[in-house]
Amino acid sequence: MKEMGRRIMRTASLMAVAALVGGIFAPAVEVAAQQPQQQVPPAAPALQWDPNDPRIGLGAGWLDAESAISGLELLAAIPRPDGFFNPSTPADGRFSNTDLAFRGDLLIQGNYNGFQIYDISTPSDPTLSLSVVCPGGQGDVSVYGDLIVMSAQETRGRLDCGVEGVADSISAERMRGVRIFDVSDWDNPVQVAAVQSCRGSHTHTVVTDPQDSENIYVYIQGTSGVRPGEELPGCVGGDPEENENTALFRIEVVKVPLDNPGAAEIVNMPRIFADDTGNIGGLWQGGDHGPGTQSSRRTNQCHDITAFPDIGLAGGACSGNGILLDITDPANPTRIGEVSDPNFAYWHSATFNNEGTVVVFTDEWGGGSAPRCRASDPATWGANAIFRIGEGGDMQLAGYYKLPVPQTDTENCVAHNGSIIPVPGRDIMAQAWYQGGVSLMDFTDPENAFEIAFFDRGPLSVESLFTGGYWSVYWYNGRLYGAEISRGIDVFRLTPSEHLSESEIRAAESVSFDQFNAQLQPQVTWAPSVDVAQAYLDQMVRANRILNARAAQVQNVLNGGASAAQMAGVASALEADAARIRAGELGGDADRMTKLAGVLRQLAMQ
Amino acid sequence: MPKTSRFLAVSLAVAAGACSGGSVAVPSSAPSPSSSGPRIVQPGAPGQASRVYAPEEIDAVEGLAWTDADVRFMQGMIPHHAQALDMTALVRLHATTDAVRQMGLRMEISQRDEIGLMEAWLRERGQPVQMPGMHAMHGGHMMPGMLSPEQMENLSNARGVDFDRLFLQYMIQHHEGAISMVRELFSSSGAAQESTVFKFAEDVDADQTMEIERMQGILATLR
Repeated sequence: MKEMGRRIMRTASLMAVAALVGGIFAPAVEVAAQQPQQQVPPAAPALQWDPNDPRIGLGAGWLDAESAISGLELLAAIPRPDGFFNPSTPADGRFSNTDLAFRGDLLIQGNYNGFQIYDISTPSDPTLSLSVVCPGGQGDVSVYGDLIVMSAQETRGRLDCGVEGVADSISAERMRGVRIFDVSDWDNPVQVAAVQSCRGSHTHTVVTDPQDSENIYVYIQGTSGVRPGEELPGCVGGDPEENENTALFRIEVVKVPLDNPGAAEIVNMPRIFADDTGNIGGLWQGGDHGPGTQSSRRTNQCHDITAFPDIGLAGGACSGNGILLDITDPANPTRIGEVSDPNFAYWHSATFNNEGTVVVFTDEWGGGSAPRCRASDPATWGANAIFRIGEGGDMQLAGYYKLPVPQTDTENCVAHNGSIIPVPGRDIMAQAWYQGGVSLMDFTDPENAFEIAFFDRGPLSVESLFTGGYWSVYWYNGRLYGAEISRGIDVFRLTPSEHLSESEIRAAESVSFDQFNAQLQPQVTWAPSVDVAQAYLDQMVRANRILNARAAQVQNVLNGGASAAQMAGVASALEADAARIRAGELGGDADRMTKLAGVLRQLAMQ
Repeated sequence: MPKTSRFLAVSLAVAAGACSGGSVAVPSSAPSPSSSGPRIVQPGAPGQASRVYAPEEIDAVEGLAWTDADVRFMQGMIPHHAQALDMTALVRLHATTDAVRQMGLRMEISQRDEIGLMEAWLRERGQPVQMPGMHAMHGGHMMPGMLSPEQMENLSNARGVDFDRLFLQYMIQHHEGAISMVRELFSSSGAAQESTVFKFAEDVDADQTMEIERMQGILATLR
């Protein structure tokens, strides 16, 4: 927070928060006094905020709530289409918007009742192309080429995508698992596979093998109770101590042959929580971490996994643990690291920085339907925890980040899904906080993450808490797309601010992909450009980490008209500065100077 | 992918005097003679044909809503949770063990939030938050696992580690009752098909199962 500088604490609020947190979560003083030998961890810190933050006190409404915005421009707000909302009940859980996926000019919006396909060739004017009816929740979607993968979790899910549900508690018509649709004709999605699994599919992750272009893999993350074996043979529940064949304590790996996706099937059910002794339930055993800490269920599931095939790793957010998986053999993921955290209630999702050296885990304290961003809620609970990734998958906690403004009692709010905004030289994540809105987190310095932009609407209602707000916010080809649970789709672009320059924005907007799934993270590389060079320069000037004279010299060549020799000369000067910095003779940012010099040399050759 | 004819969409929307949020679209290859809404497709099971909904069939897309069993489950769980709050209020007064105090206060937060969720769900659907004929805490109907008036009396009068022990024993009984209510819901024909009820019932099952294990663990230390 140090870079925000002007954060002001309201003393009265702080005292109230401290009293509440202390009163509820910390042991009473006299008890602690009776047990002097007991170590009491420091109480979770209270939230701090700027009392003048425009997000405080926004008026309520469904499609007419007040809003506040900073560092962003709202380009479009598209309500959910007919058939995918209940006019009399805005928060009807059967029609919640869920996750997003992108392919070419298309945006795929998951929904508990199916999914939508929007044409985003003009990002400021998304146009509904097709609605697909297929209830079953959560309806998280991924796209790979001409295939859409969708999660089905609920007992109402039907093999035939019917809306009538499944009345019988045991039925061959029920579908819980992942559906695969062939969309080679985008107007006529055809369900080619329905892969059933014992706990259904709450989320899933498409995983690719850089060595194998003929198959993709889908990891199924089931979080429900285990289905009866009468409905799906082989499904049995229970702890490993009672039943070593339990369908808990695993994920399912589906292999999808791209030339015959109808043959998709489960090829592995890896016990990724096993310890060295062979106990398949070897990670977090359930409970809290001592007085004043959070409590988590035993780790018998992953809520979500983010694969990053370019670095051979996946991050798993798994009940009471964050884990790292080696996915170089995607059919056989193996755990190489794990952490737990006294501030985390439910490990929910993972996002890597672009280098793969840092991973952000989110904590969905309260499950997403509870208000967990109130002034009284600790700043490290329901937050992001940011870890540095060391040798061999060792993860070290660097810091926390939580939406830095309190929300009301009627706004469900907690850390949720996001993705990286590809500004060269910085680690920035756009993130959904349900009714807490959208927050852009800079975690370039993982110990000191801070907010650089936001958008927030007032609550759906001031009388009752109706579940709503942003499910996910993802960057795709130059714009941010927000999936709003009850309000539809919002599109944003970045605007320059003290935290982000025009060149940094243009450099991010220059990155383009054919498709994007947040849980299949791509590694970004930037083509050399004046914007990329200017972005590095802007960052060093902003942080006062370059000599003024050198900065002026770089700016001069970036302003245009410089010869190749001049550019190369400035690059050499930067490299010389970097060498002196590394030798301790000069202050400054040697890494960025080296990167900037590299871009200048490439520009000189063009 | 065929491009949407945006000019056509706009002119139609204007002609009809309608604007559904600025997202009206007319696919160029609509199979039905529909001209006033986006195409809506329901894929079939693998190997089966898809169904195309005509615009006038839009209401059919909504599908099932909720059943009486769902409403009864929510109505029944409110007094069940309310009694848990009565029990955790006593924890504030009488608990002597840290672990019990923490447990009770955690439950207080989650059960209070869940009561809010259940009441909102019922109100949104125009259903009474109280089961007809049920007088919440005064005997009459008792949901599974709820403490009898005598048991509540015993708990109110207990002190010291006896209180801690009794609270845990009674709360285990109380939680087991809630889990049996979930089981009954899932075994009722057509029940728990509504998304919020499904999620809530699964959460009660998972959370309270874990809490029972935790309480049994604490109980074993109170000898």
